[in-house]
Amino acid sequence: MSGMEKREDKTDGVKERAGMQAQESQDLELEQALKDFKLSVDAWSDAAYSRPRTVAHTVRRRNWRLAVGWALGCVLVAGSLSGGLYEGNHQLELKRMEAQQRAALQQKQLEEQQARAKISDEVLLADVDSDVSRQVPSALEPLAQMMGDDETK
Amino acid sequence: MAAGTAVDAMATTTLNDAAAQELARVVERHRPQIFRFLLSSTRDVDLAETLTQECFLKAHRNWAGFRGESSAMTWLMRIAINLQKDHWRNRRMQFWRTTRTNSVDLDEASEWLPSGESSIEQQLLARERVKQVWTAVKGLSERQRTVFLLRYVEEQELREIAGATGLSEGTVKAHLSRAVARVRLELGGKR
Repeated sequence: MSGMEKREDKTDGVKERAGMQAQESQDLELEQALKDFKLSVDAWSDAAYSRPRTVAHTVRRRNWRLAVGWALGCVLVAGSLSGGLYEGNHQLELKRMEAQQRAALQQKQLEEQQARAKISDEVLLADVDSDVSRQVPSALEPLAQMMGDDETK
Repeated sequence: MAAGTAVDAMATTTLNDAAAQELARVVERHRPQIFRFLLSSTRDVDLAETLTQECFLKAHRNWAGFRGESSAMTWLMRIAINLQKDHWRNRRMQFWRTTRTNSVDLDEASEWLPSGESSIEQQLLARERVKQVWTAVKGLSERQRTVFLLRYVEEQELREIAGATGLSEGTVKAHLSRAVARVRLELGGKR
């Protein structure tokens, strides 16, 4: 083996050893990091686990507030809905009453008109009768009287 | 007949009492560990407490169905993992609530270190390392994160992790390897 080859082998060996050392150092660092990580989580968990429990109270209060909020919301929604429904029904009722009144008025007017028309017909007929009777010539008076007698019989 | 029924009822009551006592012991023993896993998974103390309570409530309801095929811890961890999954799934559905999260940021999570006798410099270095690991953990997929936390925080064996997650040991190994590679990259990249 020549001196040059020996030197190359030596260099490779050094590189290999350096690589191994670097790998070992990385492994050690990883091991240490994982150990620290576990210790850190343990410390955090222990502290959180043994702290005074105020969460339940807070949650209850939050729940209570939430419940009150919901209840108020429901009351508002129900109120506005029932108010709207009542108002709608009221308006409908008013319209129905108005329509009924209008119909009754129209009916009354119609009846009055009919009554008026009937009266005027009767008056007209009576006038005609009286006029006709008045206009009978005196020469036919005995005949008219005879007709009257027949009718009475 | 009536006497037999009374004896049966008494036996059932005794059995129920025994089961309740057993469950109480399990809760006492494993509650801190379940809480720690949920805390490290969510970085949210309130959420971790809520999910821990839900986990034990579910365990209480299904305790009769627990046949002891796996350890109680594995069974409880499985419930906790499923609850956590359900939580994130529901959260994704409730998109309008995504902005409301109480998870602490990585700086705050890295603040926690045991008060040892180490120097301030060492503590700073440790804090930096912890932050780097948190950063890597944040970038992991849900499954990788679960496997990583179960292995390196809860110090569970691969078999136990497989039991808790419902994955095969090979899949657990693969997820763990990817997670560690990510942590290694994070640690190497910041140097």
